Amino acid sequence: MEKKSQHESTDIQDYKRGAQAGVPIIVGYLSIGLAFGLLAKTTGITLLESILFSSVVYAGASQFMALTLMAMGSGALGIIITTFLVNFRHFLMSASLSAKLKDGGGRFLPLLAFGITDETFSVASFEKGRLSTGYMLGLNIVSYASWNAGTIIGYILGGTLPASLQASMGVALYAMFIALITPVAKKSHKVAALAILSGLVNTLVAKYTPLPQGWSIIIAILSVSIFGLFVFDETEVESL
Amino acid sequence: MNNVFLLIVGMALVTYIPRLLPFTLMKNRTPSKYLGRFLKLIPYTALGALILPGILTATPSMPLAGLVGGAIAFAICLARGGIILPIFAAIATTYAILIF
Repeated sequence: MEKKSQHESTDIQDYKRGAQAGVPIIVGYLSIGLAFGLLAKTTGITLLESILFSSVVYAGASQFMALTLMAMGSGALGIIITTFLVNFRHFLMSASLSAKLKDGGGRFLPLLAFGITDETFSVASFEKGRLSTGYMLGLNIVSYASWNAGTIIGYILGGTLPASLQASMGVALYAMFIALITPVAKKSHKVAALAILSGLVNTLVAKYTPLPQGWSIIIAILSVSIFGLFVFDETEVESL
Repeated sequence: MNNVFLLIVGMALVTYIPRLLPFTLMKNRTPSKYLGRFLKLIPYTALGALILPGILTATPSMPLAGLVGGAIAFAICLARGGIILPIFAAIATTYAILIF
């Protein structure tokens, strides 16, 4: 009995730690969700449809893209194919996180996987040690709630946020990515070099190849991570 | 507007499957040595590619504003670490540049 209650309390602490880790995502998701809600309204879809976009698809870039393509009169099939291409990068992120999970996710695995975004992946990846299911779900819930709250508020209130404030808040997620990688890059110059190289590959491939949107990042992650296998020896990767 | 619901369902499926599949494929399995190391490097290469080139167009009306905001976040992280302070400093800096 005692053992059981102890187990439960660690579980709740895992949720809390995950939720706390998600706090830096809140500003970014609220503000970009706000922009999505507003754009959804101006595109002419209903509040219910906007909420479904954010709650069921739950993938920022592709939601904006879908609105733009709908406004241009594109067909549903084309939008779905583009969405698949744009969001396929999550495959690599989920694969990386799956190796970091403590317990394989258990029965909550489908829910845990649903919440994988660029941002939750980034925060979880830079958490020390193995990840518990509770931590992942806590992180997911905070992020999901922010994104959906932003969408609803944006749709209902419309463009109440001044444009320059909205744009500034859009920098929040980039600042978060920077804040996550800088401490590691400071310790390991090889990590810094690898990250910069990946950013350069992404930039060049996006600019100079005709690949569909979303594939430059996949090429960058794949090629530079494979390159990294030659740069880092075994013990170096383990100690990161 | 039935079409929009179908679109949402389709988009949800093609987004969810790549999110879920790696977890189910890797469940109760330990990756081989090279795959394991490869997967461990992904966060660093992914973060690099999530920052560049996106931050160059984060504030489309004046790209320099977002870039300076990011640089401020980077400088604070180098000097003292943290995550919330760099984020709010980046927002404030970007906002200041955009309105002046």
